[in-house]
Formats: sequence, C-alpha cells, structure tokens
Amino acid sequence: MALAVPTHYTNQVEVTDEAAVFSPEVLAEIDSHIAKYPPDRKRSALIPLLLLVVQRERGYIDNAGVNFLAKKLDIEVTDVWETATFYSMLNMHAVGKYHIQICKTLSCRIMGEPEITGHICNRLGIEPGETTADGKFTVSRVECLGSCGTAPMLQIGFDYHEDLTIEKVDKLLNSLE
Amino acid sequence: MEIKAIGCEPLQLKRVHLENSHTLKVYQDNGGYASLKKAMDMSSDDIINEVKTSALRGRGGAGFPTGMKWGFVPRDSPKPKYIVCNADESEPGTFKDRYLLELDPHALIEGMLIAAFALGSQTGYIYYRGEYKYLIDIMEVALDEARQANLLGKNILGSDFSHEIYTHTGAGAYICGEETALLSSLEGFRGHPRMKPPFPAVEGVYACPTVVNNVETLTAVPQIIEMGGENWRNLGTEKSGGTKLWSVSGHVKKPGVYELPMGYLDMEKFILEDCGGIRNGHQLKACIPGGSSVYAMRADQIIGKNVRMDYEGLVEAGSLVGSGGFIVMDETIDMVDSTKNLTEFYKHESCGWCTPCREGTDWLTKIFTRIASGGGRPEDAQLILDLCDNIEGKSFCALGDAAAWAIQGAVKRFPEDFKKWLINKTNANDSAANV
Ligand SMILES: Cc1cc2nc3c(=O)[nH]c(=O)nc-3n(C[C@H](O)[C@H](O)[C@H](O)COP(=O)(O)O)c2cc1C
Ligand code: SF4
Ligand code: FES
Repeated sequence: MALAVPTHYTNQVEVTDEAAVFSPEVLAEIDSHIAKYPPDRKRSALIPLLLLVVQRERGYIDNAGVNFLAKKLDIEVTDVWETATFYSMLNMHAVGKYHIQICKTLSCRIMGEPEITGHICNRLGIEPGETTADGKFTVSRVECLGSCGTAPMLQIGFDYHEDLTIEKVDKLLNSLE
Repeated sequence: MEIKAIGCEPLQLKRVHLENSHTLKVYQDNGGYASLKKAMDMSSDDIINEVKTSALRGRGGAGFPTGMKWGFVPRDSPKPKYIVCNADESEPGTFKDRYLLELDPHALIEGMLIAAFALGSQTGYIYYRGEYKYLIDIMEVALDEARQANLLGKNILGSDFSHEIYTHTGAGAYICGEETALLSSLEGFRGHPRMKPPFPAVEGVYACPTVVNNVETLTAVPQIIEMGGENWRNLGTEKSGGTKLWSVSGHVKKPGVYELPMGYLDMEKFILEDCGGIRNGHQLKACIPGGSSVYAMRADQIIGKNVRMDYEGLVEAGSLVGSGGFIVMDETIDMVDSTKNLTEFYKHESCGWCTPCREGTDWLTKIFTRIASGGGRPEDAQLILDLCDNIEGKSFCALGDAAAWAIQGAVKRFPEDFKKWLINKTNANDSAANV
C-alpha cells in the first residue's frame, strides 16, 4: 500500500511499493535482531535494523528499505518513517563513502574543533553538510560523542578518531584517499 | 588520557589495566562472578537491603537511591520484569561508561544478573547509543562467553534462575538517555518521554515492571554484594556511599576518568593537582562539574572553598554531581561563546514534544546567535533569564530543566562576560537584531 511518505525528508522522487531484496545472510542477520524481543513486540527491532542493516546495505534509509521493514515487522510504512526521521544517525540522503562526523560540542570546541573542521573542509573543498563531487567524503558536525577526554575527535562510520591534531587529520585523510 | 583511582583502592577500575580485561578468564581470575554466586544464596529482600544499606545512588545523573528504586518493583506481579541498562551516555562531558563497557563488560553482566535474580527478571536489555557500535561488538563476545559458562541463559549455574541479556542500539538522540524516552525508543518509536507516574519500576518497557539503571550503577552492585552494603557505603560518606567515576575534559593537563571515594576533598586539589592542573600559562576560570546540564562554577567558588565531592557537597557549593562530567575551562574561554555552544546542543537534542523546551531552546539559540554576531542589547541578560524561567519546571521532562540550568548558571555567574557583548550596538546586525 503506497501510503503518504513524507517525501520532504527524503530524496526519493518516486515513491513505490517496491521492497528491498536482501541476501540469505542478511535475512538471517535481520531475524537474529528480531529474535531479541517478544514475538508480539517485533517493532522493537526497528531502530537497530534501520541503523545496522538498512543503512549499511542501502547506503541510507531509502524507500525500498523502509517498505521491506514495514512488511517484516508488521507495521505501516509511515510508522517506519515516523521513527526513522527522529534519529540523527539515520541518513535520509545518500552520504559519501566516508562520513566524517566531527564532534562540535563544548569540550571538543574548546580543545580545537573549529581548527579541525576548518582544515578538513578546506582540504576537501566542501562545507559541513556537503559531500565531495566524487561521492567520497561527507562532512557533518555532530553533538558530543562520549569522547570528550580525548578531544577534539571525530567519527568515520563507526570508528572513533581521537586526540586529533592537524597532522593526525592529514594522515587519516591520506589513508582514505 | 588517564584512567585511575585516587584516594581509594580502585573498585570500578580494579581490572581495567589488566591485559585482556574484557575476557571472562581475566574477570574470573580476579574474583569475577563470585558475587553472583553469593547473591544466588541470598533472598531477594536481603540483596535489595544490601543495596539500600550501601547508599548507592544512580550514576546516570539523577542520583536516585538504587535500592529504593528496586524496592518499587512489584515482584509478585504476574507480568515479566525487565532489567534495562542505560548505556546511552550522551551527556556532554561524560565518557566514563564507555571505558567500563570496553574494558570490563563482564562486570556489567554480573551486575545485571544480580539485579535480575533479586527482582525475578528473565530478560535484560542494554541500550547503547548508536555511536557506541564497537562496544556492542565487545559485549556480544562477553555475553557469548557467559552463556558458554552457564552464567547466562537457562538455569544459570544449574539453578532454576534463568536470565537472558540482549544488546540494543539507539541511533543518535541525547533524549534517549532519559529513561522513559529510552523505553519508547526500545519499543521502536520516536524517543519521546512518557508521563511519570507510572514510573518504569511499575510500568516500563512493554508496560511491564522495569528497572532502568546506568552502567556504573550496575557495575557497583557486584562490589556491594562482595563486601557488604555497609562496608561499601563506608568508602564514601553516610549519604553518598562508595566510590564514583568522574570524567574530566577540557583545559586540564591530564583529562581522564578518575575513581574517587565519595566525599573526596577537595575539588580544587582534584582539578589543580590530581588532574595535572590547568594547561601551561593559563588559569582556571570555570568548571561545569556534572556534565553540561548543571550550573557552571566560577574558579572562586572552587579555589579555597574546600568543596567536598559528593551529592551534598556539590549542592552546597552551588552545583550538582549530575553525571560527574567535569568540563574545565581556562581564562581564554568566553562564557557567551561556550553557552551559545550549549544552547545549540539543547536545541538540537530537544525532542520537540513540549512547547516550552522546543520553542525555548530555539529562541535561546537565536538570541545567543544574535549576541555573538554583535547585536547584543543590555536587556538581553534578563530576557535570557526570563526565557529560562519559562522552560524550567514547565517542561515535560528534565531536558528542559537541564537546558535552563546550563544557561542560567552562565548568565548569573559570569556577568562580566555578558556585559562585554550586551551593549547597545544599533545597526550592528540588523537582520539578526530583530530576534
Ligand atoms: C535529558 C536526559 C538525558 C539523560 N541521559 C542519560 C544517559 O545518557 N545515561 C544515563 O545513565 N542516564 C541518563 N539520564 C538519567 C535517566 O533518566 C535515569 O535517571 C537513569 O538512567 C537511571 O539510572 P540510575 O538511577 O542508575 O542513574 C538522562 C536524563 C535526562 C533527563
Ligand atoms: S522537555 Fe524537551 S526533551 Fe523533554 S519532552 Fe519536552 S521537548 Fe522533549
Ligand atoms: S564534547 Fe566532543 S566528544 Fe564530548
């Protein structure tokens, strides 16, 4: 059923009923998440599945991934969008291969975040919130990542990079290019 | 970064420096799971009483007495009971749980199992912030080890006690650290808080009795069972028992996670000596001691004031223990700039459910942005305080209060910083000046 999908949150031009198709391994992984919750509470698996499976497999939270989860968890498509659009780690648009998330909160800010952000953006030629033309890097500024003792810091994908200096950032970017 | 105990034998940090401290073998070689065995020979009431005697208070921020919370669970209810560990750790300046989860995951499993045994629970969840994915991977290995050793799952250690623990992940939302928002999120919904009462102890996840405790609270439980509630309490003070982890960040020479006995004397010595003092050539200006959500303290409220580091001591000194995250700032910091940073945080993290917090944090951000772009007016200090007044005590959950405290503290205690910005600069920035 093609329910009203909040298209302003997504970059989907076409909203279809098409559901994503996953490999048997991924399907088994999905089932292992669902098995953690009581059988009548499958919806509990929604956020882990969005973050750990759909976003990894599809690159971002896309229409087909959402349709799949709605069916799988016996909920409406709009239920999935309602939840998904609340959480800042769930990307509603495609991001670069490396999503550089720089912590901008107080401890990082006072330990040199502005210089780190400035340097990264200069080097990549983009502003926070943008993706390089080759689709390789996206830069975001995010709130405290629980790494304030090793500020300034950033996260790429799920990896922490801490105690940053300009030299360390250069090395890191070189290793990714 | 330092990880060490000062003024006491390490308890929370007892194993973290051992090689492979995250493994079952090292944990058991160092006394691990002995408390679980001991607890399983005790009655539920005796376990809860030991925790009450210990004066353990929740380490997540609110400081609620843990034994009392456990006592609220209707143990005779026919509904299943749940143990939920709050590993959301998103309070700015707080990073202690992360190291416990990375270096000593079995201590959390053991703490959760003791709670589960005392409360008759068969299922536990650990709610991680999504960014802590690597810690989930570490915990999954530890849970498997525990299962293989019959310490987890069906008929634990051959008894009729069964309990399973699952990891669960959020996906980026500070509000999901608030216990009722966490439960909404655990059920697959947006992270909006729920009305209290009913409290989670009575109606939590899936409308069943649920204990929500912070990581550090639960890892203290095996220690309490091992040494007895009274001995544990005596490490600290009468009302603030045991030891506590403090996360220290900002302009100190040795940031880190420090374990101190409750009642440690004093805050000045801690910052200026134990944490190595302020970076070279600079002086202490301010410290926000409880994560960002409490009143900032001026240097002159700390230096020479013999501030006792426990729940009561920090209240007397004009702030709160909160999550125990010290954000230390030197004289290069302008409190208008630092507070603007925090208003942006609260605005971003406000869940949007209630008007005072959603609109109030937005207005505060707009006003601070205007001030920082040169459009400050003399009446702004009062305007900010009025706005905070309309948030504090009038919001649906404590995030609104937290935002108000963080901002009020700065405005009231650092008037000289604000004065510099709040001068009539007509035309300074016309579009921004309309806010
Ligand atoms: C906005 C907000 C954020 C919170 N974040 C956390 C958190 O990240 N971790 C945590 O343990 N408690 C957090 N809390 C406190 C929880 O609501 C709750 O009091 C705590 O998990 C209970 O466990 P404890 O008694 O063991 O501390 C937060 C509270 C509020 C209002
Ligand atoms: S106070 Fe803020 S975070 Fe709490 S319910 Fe209201 S809008 Fe949401
Ligand atoms: S402020 Fe950057 S990790 Fe906490």
